[in-house]
Amino acid sequence: MAELIEAVLRGLGTGSVYALLALGFVIIYKATRVISFAQPAFMLAGVTMVTYLVLEVSFWVAVPVAALLTGLLALGVERLAVRPMVGRPAFVVAIITLGVDVAVRVVVNAFIGLDVRNVLDPWGLRTVGIGGIDMQQRHLAAFLTTAALVAALFAFFRFTRMGLAMRAAAYDQEAALAQGVSVGTVFALSWGLAGALAAVAGTFAAAGSSVDAALWLIALTALPVIILGGLDSLPGAVVGGLAIGVLQELTATYQNHAPWLGGNVSVITPYVVMLLVLLVRPYGLFGTREVERV
Amino acid sequence: MLRVRNLEVVYDDVMLVLRGVSVTVPPGGVVALLGANGAGKTTLLRAITGLLDVHDGEVTKGAVTLDDEPVHHLRPAALVRRGICQVMEARRIFAELTVEENLRIGGHTSPSRIKPRLDDVFDLFPVLEQRRRRTAGYLSGGEQQMLAIGRALMAEPRYLLLDEPSLGLAPRLVEQVREIIMAINKRGTGILLVEQNATMALSIAGHGYVLETGRVVLDKPAAQLLADDDIREFYLGLGRKSFRDVKHYRRRKRWLS
Repeated sequence: MAELIEAVLRGLGTGSVYALLALGFVIIYKATRVISFAQPAFMLAGVTMVTYLVLEVSFWVAVPVAALLTGLLALGVERLAVRPMVGRPAFVVAIITLGVDVAVRVVVNAFIGLDVRNVLDPWGLRTVGIGGIDMQQRHLAAFLTTAALVAALFAFFRFTRMGLAMRAAAYDQEAALAQGVSVGTVFALSWGLAGALAAVAGTFAAAGSSVDAALWLIALTALPVIILGGLDSLPGAVVGGLAIGVLQELTATYQNHAPWLGGNVSVITPYVVMLLVLLVRPYGLFGTREVERV
Repeated sequence: MLRVRNLEVVYDDVMLVLRGVSVTVPPGGVVALLGANGAGKTTLLRAITGLLDVHDGEVTKGAVTLDDEPVHHLRPAALVRRGICQVMEARRIFAELTVEENLRIGGHTSPSRIKPRLDDVFDLFPVLEQRRRRTAGYLSGGEQQMLAIGRALMAEPRYLLLDEPSLGLAPRLVEQVREIIMAINKRGTGILLVEQNATMALSIAGHGYVLETGRVVLDKPAAQLLADDDIREFYLGLGRKSFRDVKHYRRRKRWLS
């Protein structure tokens, strides 16, 4: 029993990272109808900034500053590479984001270099235990931070003027324009938010271990997450992220019961889920079902 | 004075939709714009409110001026700030948002004035106040139209452009919409009313324009338009002596073929 609960708690920790990344994808998708493949690069850029910043200031200052800088970086990328393509087919823009991803990662890799870089998080691999159940502090921190960010995002979209404008523009861009909403600002803001979220996600992905150029692969797990949760649903991104995280940890814990599957099945479980979801429920758990006559 | 002079609009670089349209809306006046489907009425409104870009349209000649300042190259947000608002065809409310959120979006350009404007709109449409926390998509057609008009009023427009506000509404609601338009006009808002329901439009307008395939073909005070033979026959469905003539012609044609 303790083993099961511990696996679920671990899953919630890693799932929080996926949820943050997926939120970024969904925010950009809702605002611009484009899937941005640049998210992995922003995650890597953000976490690399943290590794440099912690040498100067404390971890608690480094993370927000890195998130802010990554948000600005995303803003700049949107302005330079994506905005001129507004109105072009979504596919074209998606390919551009793929190019942006590669370009940004090449630059970031040069900053990572060959040394082991650490985010110097205050948790390491220490655990907290309640009633015989141990949970890693970094997983707890990731979960709590995600919860706080999700609450902040909810309040932003619910109560602020720009949040409202973003929701309106996501629903009907032209009608939002007619009300005086600047759709350009909405695009920029969505990219900025996604970049900042990716930086935080990267920090937690690297907490307790180190940063290397392959860390960006973690961000790819956000794709199964948004397919599971629904491409255009913010709650879907959170629920999907946590679900995929838990599922992955459960598979890792219990895969010795099915040795014929071989080791490391947990790495591919998100993608298996993605294939199944695409087969039976292509709009995901919370996504808008497309009504279409064929 | 909102003035459109010799406006020419091209879509996708090839489709000439407006060819030299001139329309004037005096401050505080009501102007009706009539025309068949595809005449260019909606395009004209898009040109005035800066929404051509979205449809890959472009003003190639002529100008839209607001108090002699050319405004046709401004962004929609700048136009809303200058006091030109459009209620788009088919209402286009944000169905997933609540009634109040819809109205707040309408006041996006003047955040400090939202509170008094909101009270004002609720005064004009008490039904919206009753439903303010309701999801807008679940309102009835008439209520949605009022929400769309209320949303535009949130920006305190000096000129309100209405695109087919009676579309898909029952006759009694059309009457209500008519009264609302008159009430808005009474506060000094100039109105450009695009309508298929010519009877309704001409009954409140001071001046009327008839658009056909991108050209203004008639431009007269509304009273004269109401008396015009062509208008009576083509837009008001009056003046035809008997439908027997039509039937006779069709029957003969069928027999001949």
